[in-house]
Amino acid sequence: MATRVQLTPEQAAVREEYESFARDHIAPHADAWDRSAAVPEEFITTIAATGYLGACVPAAYGGSALDAIGFGLLNEETGRACSSVRSLLTVHGMASQAIGRWGTAAQRESWLPRLATGAAIGAFALTEPGAGSDVKGLVTTARRTEDGFVLDGAKRWITFGQRADVYLLFARLDGRETAFLVERGAPGLHVTPVRGILGTRASMLAELELRDCRVPAEALLGKPGFGLTAVAATALELGRYSVAWGCVGLIQACLDASLSYADRREQFGKRLRDHQLVQRMLADMATGAAAARLLCQQAGWLREAGDAQSVHATWLAKYFASTTAFRSAADAVQVHGAHGCGEEYPVQRYMRDAKVMELIEGTTELQQTTIAQSAYVGHAPARPATAPAATSNAASADDEKVTA
Amino acid sequence: MPHDTTIEEAKPKIREFLARFFGDHRIADDEDIFATGFVNSLFIMQLVLFVESEFALTVEDEDLEIENFSTVDAVAALVTRKCSAPVSS
Ligand SMILES: Cc1cc2nc3c(=O)[nH]c(=O)nc-3n(C[C@H](O)[C@H](O)[C@H](O)COP(=O)(O)OP(=O)(O)OC[C@H]3O[C@@H](n4cnc5c(N)ncnc54)[C@H](O)[C@@H]3O)c2cc1C
Repeated sequence: MATRVQLTPEQAAVREEYESFARDHIAPHADAWDRSAAVPEEFITTIAATGYLGACVPAAYGGSALDAIGFGLLNEETGRACSSVRSLLTVHGMASQAIGRWGTAAQRESWLPRLATGAAIGAFALTEPGAGSDVKGLVTTARRTEDGFVLDGAKRWITFGQRADVYLLFARLDGRETAFLVERGAPGLHVTPVRGILGTRASMLAELELRDCRVPAEALLGKPGFGLTAVAATALELGRYSVAWGCVGLIQACLDASLSYADRREQFGKRLRDHQLVQRMLADMATGAAAARLLCQQAGWLREAGDAQSVHATWLAKYFASTTAFRSAADAVQVHGAHGCGEEYPVQRYMRDAKVMELIEGTTELQQTTIAQSAYVGHAPARPATAPAATSNAASADDEKVTA
Repeated sequence: MPHDTTIEEAKPKIREFLARFFGDHRIADDEDIFATGFVNSLFIMQLVLFVESEFALTVEDEDLEIENFSTVDAVAALVTRKCSAPVSS
């Protein structure tokens, strides 16, 4: 797969804009937000004013409809400063994109202008107490009433669930997985903050309880049965892409912090940067940042082209970037020694945040098994599609079946 | 101006795309793709992206019926239906 390596001048310019916004408005506060386990409302107002929350909203509805690379760069620079803020862009983007892609005209008109300006914040509610990686195991139910639906069930670990105005929420309708737009004020919806999370601590996680929760008929998004295969899958794909870029930022932040610390601190009569085993860690971070960025750029260009390969490319990018981010963050703490464990330096936050990146939008293990299975796609010798059947050889009988 | 895609033109392209996922299993035109067990959760997205880019059309929410995607015949029918839909000039 050929890909372009260079950013266009316009992309380079927006990257600078995102970088300076993150440097001025996010990075200085990220540790404090992490400690207080919340992003303050004033910041949501500030970021809303930039239009960044409209990144995944079509221009016709007031969004900035960033191209895939632009959205990636926004996530990289934000993730470099604060993974919790990046996760706001992720889930808000997922809800916006799902409504733009699969919503009815009425849903688009009602929600997209508000999501674009940040007047409404969106979240993504799929995970349940009993359904994590295996989303097919979701048991939240929806049943029809005269004027809408009644939802019953529970959702866990909902990023910005404490703050969201609308949840893209998945439930079984007549046994089939179906997407709904559930408003914060819906009767029977109970939102409880999740306390003491390991990483992305300021991402205001919540648990949702739906007890006889009534939503109008217009809450149904897409068709029953397509909730997971289309709506959640495309949203998760965007989420994965956003997290992958955020991890590039995280690796870069680990490198930046380690370069500057190793430059200042002296042990055994020389700076840490001159000790070879420290150099190994710096070299791996620098290489990891560059490699992860290239994989993300490739995924971005393929997404932009609407190429079916983009799905696979995004998995590769997220898998590599998130595992590299965790290793880089662990090394960054190592380079900082005891100082890396204290609150004075952000590297302990990076390490906690990076672990979360290996769990969300597909765990490392799910990435590994899926990527391995996908590697078999196209592996069999190419045959004309119209070739006669019944030519299967002995080996094919053992072919692994690929399931979700 | 591109002419309307016919069923006969659409089918080989769809079969060729699917062949990448099915290894040595040759799927019949009326066989349920989702019942084969060969496709994972990413497949439907790849299929939608393929249909959109190969036939230069947009899959809308109203097209999102499982019946439109479950067989080669069904996908070809969806494509021809959408390609021959009147376009505003
Ligand atoms: C900070 C944070 C924010 C989150 N935000 C959201 C959100 O906004 N919305 C939302 O819906 N969810 C959210 N989640 C939930 C997240 O998506 C799930 O945690 C994730 O899907 C994994 O599910 P699980 O935690 O139940 O782990 P499990 O699925 O129980 O997995 C546990 C372990 O078993 C492994 N495992 C499971 N199945 C397999 C397999 N087939 N092969 C090999 N290994 C396997 C996993 O890789 C993992 O290591 C969030 C989670 C966190 C921590």
